[in-house]
Amino acid sequence: MSLLTVNNLSLGYNGTPILNNLNFTVEEGDYLCIVGENGSGKSTLMKTLLHLQKPLGGSIVFGDGLKQNEIGYLPQQTDIQKDFPASVYEIVLSGCQSRLGWRLFYNKDDKDLAKRNMERMNVLSLAKRSFRELSGGQQQRVLLARALCSTQKVLLLDEPISGLDPKVTAEMYDLISQLNKEGITIIVISHDIGAALTYSKHILHLGKETFFGTKEDYLSSSLGKFFAGHSKEGK
Amino acid sequence: MQEILDTLLMYLSRPFVQYALIVGVLIALCSSLLGVTLVLKRFSFVGDGLSHVAFGAMCVAQVAGLSKNMFIIMPVTILAAVLLLRVGKNTKVKGDAAIAMVSVAALAFGYLIVNLYASSPNVSGDVCSSLFGSTSILTLKPEEVWLCVGLSLGVVLFFILFYNRIFAITFDENFSKAVGTKTDMHNLFVAIVIAVIIVLAMNLVGSLLISALIVFPALSAMRLFNSFKTVTIVSAIFSVVCTVIGLLASILMGTPVGATIVAIDVILFATCFVIGLFKGGLKIGKAG
Repeated sequence: MSLLTVNNLSLGYNGTPILNNLNFTVEEGDYLCIVGENGSGKSTLMKTLLHLQKPLGGSIVFGDGLKQNEIGYLPQQTDIQKDFPASVYEIVLSGCQSRLGWRLFYNKDDKDLAKRNMERMNVLSLAKRSFRELSGGQQQRVLLARALCSTQKVLLLDEPISGLDPKVTAEMYDLISQLNKEGITIIVISHDIGAALTYSKHILHLGKETFFGTKEDYLSSSLGKFFAGHSKEGK
Repeated sequence: MQEILDTLLMYLSRPFVQYALIVGVLIALCSSLLGVTLVLKRFSFVGDGLSHVAFGAMCVAQVAGLSKNMFIIMPVTILAAVLLLRVGKNTKVKGDAAIAMVSVAALAFGYLIVNLYASSPNVSGDVCSSLFGSTSILTLKPEEVWLCVGLSLGVVLFFILFYNRIFAITFDENFSKAVGTKTDMHNLFVAIVIAVIIVLAMNLVGSLLISALIVFPALSAMRLFNSFKTVTIVSAIFSVVCTVIGLLASILMGTPVGATIVAIDVILFATCFVIGLFKGGLKIGKAG
């Protein structure tokens, strides 16, 4: 059984479909990159996978004992967060909210988990700093640490490198690959086809034509050739 | 100096001043607690909008000749709060526009109704006092004080018990929802609590000045502190201190209570703003 199976999924807003008949699977330990132009439905797909939005049709089946609330999520940063007074520790600890259940307060296990994940993402030294004062790369690592508090299995990353400079972008990709090697399944949305081709195992291309398959198959497909060629020219 | 102190002590021994202080402190505390969340979620104006709704409901209650007008004002305001805070997402009318519409409409209809069916000869005086709360806090009855104490304790307890979830949802609602926190339920509770605070606060500062109580302490604390917990605690302290000073000052100088408290809040904000500039001039530039 796959970790995640998507059957004939239709997506859209207010009853207007953007995407129809989408089929793909995600296996444990996979690194799936979802690419596509703006408006192709990448973010809508992500929101649907996270149950933030209902699909218009079709189904998403979780397998291998994966529960809905065991998906870690790295959202795009919002305007609200730009001047939000919160310390790094407070934010990372809030990743433990799915573990609260009926409890009202975090216990020692939650706090230890938060500290371990801060260490893992190399932000422990920033614990007392204010989130709004950090650099873009540091902020992303803090939010990754928070996402890791809510999952052992799957991470969904929405444009994790937007707004980062090239050096920090490379570090971010390395970090994500590292987590993948540690056994965490990665699903990442990106504009950056070049990076998708470097790091991912499977590619889901959304747009007028939809493609799902391994990176190698994508590269030999006409769609893949066009976009991969394009991204190289771009560089 | 001795003279002022004597006058103050004389007033403090009067029950109506004691009631005013108790109620003032409680409302200041409650409104500042929720104020931090509202300001951060860009809902600063919801206080303004809801207080106008409460004003409209109060006018209707007055005209209908209901003695316990709380029973009309409270449900109407709660309903408006739930609608307004939900309207923020996925609707044709966006949050700020919806708040503006509801606020102005409620104000207009309230004033209209009171004018059409005027029960007292001094309509504009009545309206002025419910909008600016001129003296209502100094004319509280013991049962009103008890009601206020009960509701405020409820609000503070709610805030403490759900503090972690309130923080998580305020910081990142989508993340909370994605990891399974029941955000809709929480937003509903927060909306109800806000409505309760606003109806309570109408007694203190009048409906026009409620926004100030919600917004200023939070913004002042945010200038100086960096963690959510400190900002929340400090804004509660700021709010209580400003209210007590404002209340005493207004009694001594004979100025309107609400306006005096807000003036003190503004002075505090200006002070915090300047200190904030000196403390971390780079902070603001960096955050952008």
